[in-house]
Amino acid sequence: MKIANKTTSAVALVKEALEKAKKYEDYHIFVSLNEEAALKKAKEIDDKIKKGEEVGALAGVPYACKDNFLSPEGNTTASSKILEPFHSPITATAIKKLEDAGAIMIGRANLDSFAHGSSTENSYFGPTKNSKDKTRVAGGSSGGSAVAVALDIVEFATGTDTGGSIRQPASFNGVYGFKPTYGTISRYGVVAMASSLDCVGFFAKSPEDIDLLMSITAGQDENDMTTLPDFYGQEGYSRTSKVGIIKGFDQGLNDDIKNAYEQEIAKLKEKGYEIVELDMPTLKYALPVYYIIQPAEVASNLSRHDGVRYGFRAENIESLADVYGKSRSEGFMPENKRRIMIGNFVLSSGFYDAYYLKAQQARTLIIKEYDAAFEKCDFLLTPVSPNPAFKLGEKTSDPLSMYMEDVLSVPLNLAGLPGLAIPVGETAEGLSLGLQIVGPRRSDKALLAFASQIKEEK
Amino acid sequence: MKYEITIGIECHVQLKTKTKLFSEVDNDARGKEPNSCVSPVDYALPGMLPRLNKEAVRLAVRAGYAMNSEINLYSRFDRKHYYYPDLPKGYQISQFYHPIIGAGFIELPDGTKIRIEHAHMEEDAGKLTHFSNYSLVDLNRAGTPLIEIVSEPDIHSAAHARDYCKELWRAMTYAGVTYGDLYNGNMRFDVNISLAKPGEPLGRRAEIKNLNSFRSVERAVEYEYERQSKILDKGERVVQETRGWNDATGKTTSQRSKEEAQDYRYMPEPDIPPIRLTDEFVKEEQKKVPLLPSDYRKLFKDVVPSDTLEVLLDYQPLMDCLWQCADSSFEGDTERGSASSSAARPWRWAGRTRPEKELSDIAKSQIKRVANLFSSVLLAEEKSYEMLNDLPSAAQLNELCTMADKQELSSTGTKEVFLKFFDPQMKEKSAKDIAKELNVLQENDTAALEKIVDEVLNDPACSKAIEDFKNGQEKVIGFLVGQVMKASKGKANPGAAQQILRAKLKS
Repeated sequence: MKIANKTTSAVALVKEALEKAKKYEDYHIFVSLNEEAALKKAKEIDDKIKKGEEVGALAGVPYACKDNFLSPEGNTTASSKILEPFHSPITATAIKKLEDAGAIMIGRANLDSFAHGSSTENSYFGPTKNSKDKTRVAGGSSGGSAVAVALDIVEFATGTDTGGSIRQPASFNGVYGFKPTYGTISRYGVVAMASSLDCVGFFAKSPEDIDLLMSITAGQDENDMTTLPDFYGQEGYSRTSKVGIIKGFDQGLNDDIKNAYEQEIAKLKEKGYEIVELDMPTLKYALPVYYIIQPAEVASNLSRHDGVRYGFRAENIESLADVYGKSRSEGFMPENKRRIMIGNFVLSSGFYDAYYLKAQQARTLIIKEYDAAFEKCDFLLTPVSPNPAFKLGEKTSDPLSMYMEDVLSVPLNLAGLPGLAIPVGETAEGLSLGLQIVGPRRSDKALLAFASQIKEEK
Repeated sequence: MKYEITIGIECHVQLKTKTKLFSEVDNDARGKEPNSCVSPVDYALPGMLPRLNKEAVRLAVRAGYAMNSEINLYSRFDRKHYYYPDLPKGYQISQFYHPIIGAGFIELPDGTKIRIEHAHMEEDAGKLTHFSNYSLVDLNRAGTPLIEIVSEPDIHSAAHARDYCKELWRAMTYAGVTYGDLYNGNMRFDVNISLAKPGEPLGRRAEIKNLNSFRSVERAVEYEYERQSKILDKGERVVQETRGWNDATGKTTSQRSKEEAQDYRYMPEPDIPPIRLTDEFVKEEQKKVPLLPSDYRKLFKDVVPSDTLEVLLDYQPLMDCLWQCADSSFEGDTERGSASSSAARPWRWAGRTRPEKELSDIAKSQIKRVANLFSSVLLAEEKSYEMLNDLPSAAQLNELCTMADKQELSSTGTKEVFLKFFDPQMKEKSAKDIAKELNVLQENDTAALEKIVDEVLNDPACSKAIEDFKNGQEKVIGFLVGQVMKASKGKANPGAAQQILRAKLKS
């Protein structure tokens, strides 16, 4: 990571990033650029460096912020119409920590509206294009963040991962994408999608960069009761020796991904890692469980967007029902509405026990199955998604096939486990391929170290 | 009665925490501008997360103890969804599946036990003010911690409904969990009422929402009994619905029928981890609960007449003071009591609900005298509410009672001295010093009294009366005693004066 110092100025780093952002405008990466404030902050950092004052570990490092983190720079839109006019007085804990370390937000990256989606096509502002092929999707929901790093506009980008929203776009664009253990980084000030699944994480070009970002942003936050007591960097770990693979997890994979997966396994074996094949039969329930719990929490979390206090309010209001009905009908995207409907359905009287409660029970079984798996291996290696980046518009009319994209990524979120998407090459057409390393809870630093290790061994 | 009435009551109690249930802003919005006590959490900005106020959990534990309930060491919050502008998140954070307070009971003055089903914590909503074609939202109250206390349907009369609410109010204010200001909505009652012929299954119920006085609870139940009786008399069925109470008309009116009832889509609150309490934590809080009205009733059953006691029970400082009198048996030297001095409070935990020594007959009569002074003198004062905050000590009261017992003070003198205990200039003084200063000490000295009696008997103005008495007109003795009192400037003990008069007149 290029960090401002006596020879490299923060202003130069930020200018370069902003120029690139404009150069790649047609990829539709940013919802808004933060030019003025970014340059101002860069100058302040340069002045400090000149005076020999203390600057943070990320001094002058430009980054892209997924547009669902609150901060007073620009509007926090969550790529939605209903929050398009929303300007936040609050700074998210994660953003505050990055900024305090000297990082400079150059713009707000596009996402699927409220992070609902796997392609960034659900953005109210239009889809972000894949960094390798402009006719294909960026992945999602953190599509803008992934492409901003892949096109080398910024050194890193923030993301959120509820069911794969960091790992899948990372693998679609050939960068590293990390979803930490649930509760490692504060969710305070992050527009909630599904609270029990949401994780703040990062896109970067190396596991080492992610480790640096984690060491800055991880930690318990009194404003987020679900954060874990500080652990990042405190846990001891030994060198990885056993890597688990899951029986049947290669079913239904695209050939290129399947080949890349097999090659990676073969390489690990060659280097002396023990490959353990594991039977994890309950994982097949992960996707249906996810599509009950997640919409339920989504429906609940989106209730606050009612046109009463902030954000978009529809015109031609004649009654209270209009304030709610019209504002929400006009302000939400079709995918938002779909999830609100599903969520309210599974929570409704008489269905709660059959859906939500059952799903929670299945979730517990999935957690137990992972715990048992990590008795037998240090980390798991699995694909991130069944396919490489698909064509824009290919799946928009078929929500179920879009949901199927998440089949390999959501189990981690249900279990709260850390997962890192790693780039493992390209298809013949030049599309990025990725795999994910999955670890037990709180193994985040060891997991990143393992990723560094296999990267260097290549 | 033709129909048996069955009543269950839900009571919302606002807890008197410094800050709100899930945010850091002031929980006391009295006299403040609308929307001035609102944080981004209460306002439900995106990305805001609740931060549970530990103090509210502490108060809930105390409240549980005050209603004789088990505290659930594991409890959890849930989201209750509905849309209304006074509910910024679109859901209320409540406890549906795992409430903090389990089953308990409240004992009414007549000894009836009303069972508590459970009680749970939740946040209050904001307030809407409606105008002709718009409404304004004030979120100052949004996020105020509440406990909702749900009774079993154990109540079968309007009087018991009122008594239950009052007793609950007393228990909650004694336990110090709420300010208990009913006028400002610190406690609000939802009353479920259903009728049935004896021996038949319960009819459908109506729920009267948001009653905020004991009297309105009683009246609403009476009205509903009449209303539902008439429906049942006609052979029709009562509509299950929510009704509102109009205090001015004395009637309930339909607000929402069951068909329109909301589906709250309860869901475990994912932003707040479950509450796991330890036994130590619970004990620590239970120790902070003082004696409750039911404890005092047992303690003073044979000491203070029950009608006097029921009046005094509305004023916890008076009960504290009576306890101190009992606990010291009027021998110890207790510091001047004060409502705010919690150190002087008796604690309920570990069964210390009785004084260390058995009450002697003298102590009992003195406590009864103090109780009378409280109910008939203190509470009759215009400023009694302020006076409650600075009550005399047990030692002062002890001396006063002893003087009264020895007839050193007349009943008027006793009252006068008692009232001076509240005078900032005199409140530190002993009863004797005050009596001297007021010059109200009674003349009990026989020699002195005889001298005065002689003066009266030699007074020509009294000769006619003396004559009449000697002729058998008993009543005239009153006049003569009055003359002695007059001559002594009111200091003579009238009883003693009469004795001496009679003796002298006989001879």
